[in-house]
Amino acid sequence: MSVRFEAQRKKQRSLTSKRVNQLSPSGIRKFFDLLASIEGVISLGVGEPDYTTPWHIREAAILSLEKGYTMYTSNSGMPELRQELSRYLQENHCMKYDPNGELLVTVGVSEGLDLAMRAILNPGDEVIIPDPCYVSYGPGVILAEGKPVMLPTYEENNFEISAADIEARVTPRTKAILIGYPANPTGAVLSHDKLAQLAEVARRHDLLVVSDEIYAKLVYGVEHTCFAALPEMKERTVLLGGFSKAYAMTGWRIGYAAASRPIIAAMTKIHQYTMMCAPTMAQVAAIEALKSGEPSVKEMVADYNRRRQFIVSGLNDIGLSCFEPRGAFYAFPSIKGTGLTSEEFAEKLLVEERVAAVPGSAFGQCGEGYIRCCYATSLADIEEALTRMKRFVKNHRR
Amino acid sequence: MLKEILKILESDARTTIKQISSMTGAAATEVSKLIRQAEKDRVILKYKAVINWDKVEDEQVWALIEVKVSPEPEVGYDAIAERVYRFPQVYTVYLLSGTYDLLVVASGKSEHEVADFVAKKLAPVRGVQGTVTHFVLKRYKEDGEILEGKEEVKRQTVVL
Repeated sequence: MSVRFEAQRKKQRSLTSKRVNQLSPSGIRKFFDLLASIEGVISLGVGEPDYTTPWHIREAAILSLEKGYTMYTSNSGMPELRQELSRYLQENHCMKYDPNGELLVTVGVSEGLDLAMRAILNPGDEVIIPDPCYVSYGPGVILAEGKPVMLPTYEENNFEISAADIEARVTPRTKAILIGYPANPTGAVLSHDKLAQLAEVARRHDLLVVSDEIYAKLVYGVEHTCFAALPEMKERTVLLGGFSKAYAMTGWRIGYAAASRPIIAAMTKIHQYTMMCAPTMAQVAAIEALKSGEPSVKEMVADYNRRRQFIVSGLNDIGLSCFEPRGAFYAFPSIKGTGLTSEEFAEKLLVEERVAAVPGSAFGQCGEGYIRCCYATSLADIEEALTRMKRFVKNHRR
Repeated sequence: MLKEILKILESDARTTIKQISSMTGAAATEVSKLIRQAEKDRVILKYKAVINWDKVEDEQVWALIEVKVSPEPEVGYDAIAERVYRFPQVYTVYLLSGTYDLLVVASGKSEHEVADFVAKKLAPVRGVQGTVTHFVLKRYKEDGEILEGKEEVKRQTVVL
């Protein structure tokens, strides 16, 4: 091989794969850099509870370490955990999932999403995703060589996706719809009726539905509908759930997937080669959470609800009109009245008032004009943040 | 709604009517009416702060006193409890199941003063058969609040 040819070959070859290179870097890197340089920030920018994991759950994990539960578990997850999950899904969502073959314990919903996409997509298959949405939905599809098809949603329609909108985007390559309700970043919830309409579209066009229901327990004044529980939907649905939000267990990295046998078998195959199993200690903690975590969850939900109503009315009072979120722990106020882009708004708010909120644009084009404010923070901090934001909005009103 | 309001006030008695109104979605007039009624009905007894006196120079000592009593006909334990709770030194009185009857929490400026109270005031009360006094050495948790070493929230500032 000539020296010249070798040099040319090197020049053409990127160190990293095309698949990764096509992922756009986080749109708000500048914001993150800025954040690192400022101290004394009140943060509404988090995506996790301010509670630590309830003590009895932590204790169960500690005990498991003392007893020596430090080895791998079965690839699918500890039998007792799958048993408990099966009972939980039956009691909470009237869904029957066989612990042997229809359930898989994953490293959070993040892994579940990755597995689901890799298990169901062929290169070029299209997945319809609402915009704005959680940051990893699009990349999750791309990494599985699928093609995300974004479906804009708007505040006027409560950030809901409609069956007609989906239908307009279905092509012969459409394989699945990827939804996450209650939604991050909007806090939107889809009613039973709306979900039933989606189910009808899925049936008519033979689509799978990957439903990220990590926030299922965090709903306020409305019932959560498990998508898989709709008539004939179990076979078409990959249900993704986890412990992070409801049980305040984000750092444990533990979740699950529930679906029909062939899909769970395919996901387990990938999981087995890439992850082996979810952390044993976290699985033990999850068993305890399912067995006796309900009272703690109820208490936390009641508390989030107080703060939710407080922040939503506060944001509306200071002139940032805010759609009423019925789930998760985010408020998603419009900042359009300031004439700033959401990234400008978030940066200036951080510099001038030392309040951190996430620009809506981080969650897709339709998030532009909004900021995400997490209210899983102390009431005193929410109040101080609102005071600062009021001053900020006054200074920046057009 | 009242229960919800009481929960909010129990965790922070300084929450304003306006704040409670935004937290619950109830009208401010309604909130204020319910609170006034609860105060009248002595559902809300008083508003006070939970204080870590160990951080302020203070010579107060606290004791938990087990009191064994012989109940009286007709009035049972109530008459004796009343004789006990009238003492200004007494902070709390509970009737308990188990090996003794009344649990009395009392305070004084010194151990000597509390011991004096037990010997000269409490023990001689009619119906009291015996007492066992336990002095408080250290308080770890008070009214649901951890006094020292409360866990901090260890979160990153922004998480998507």
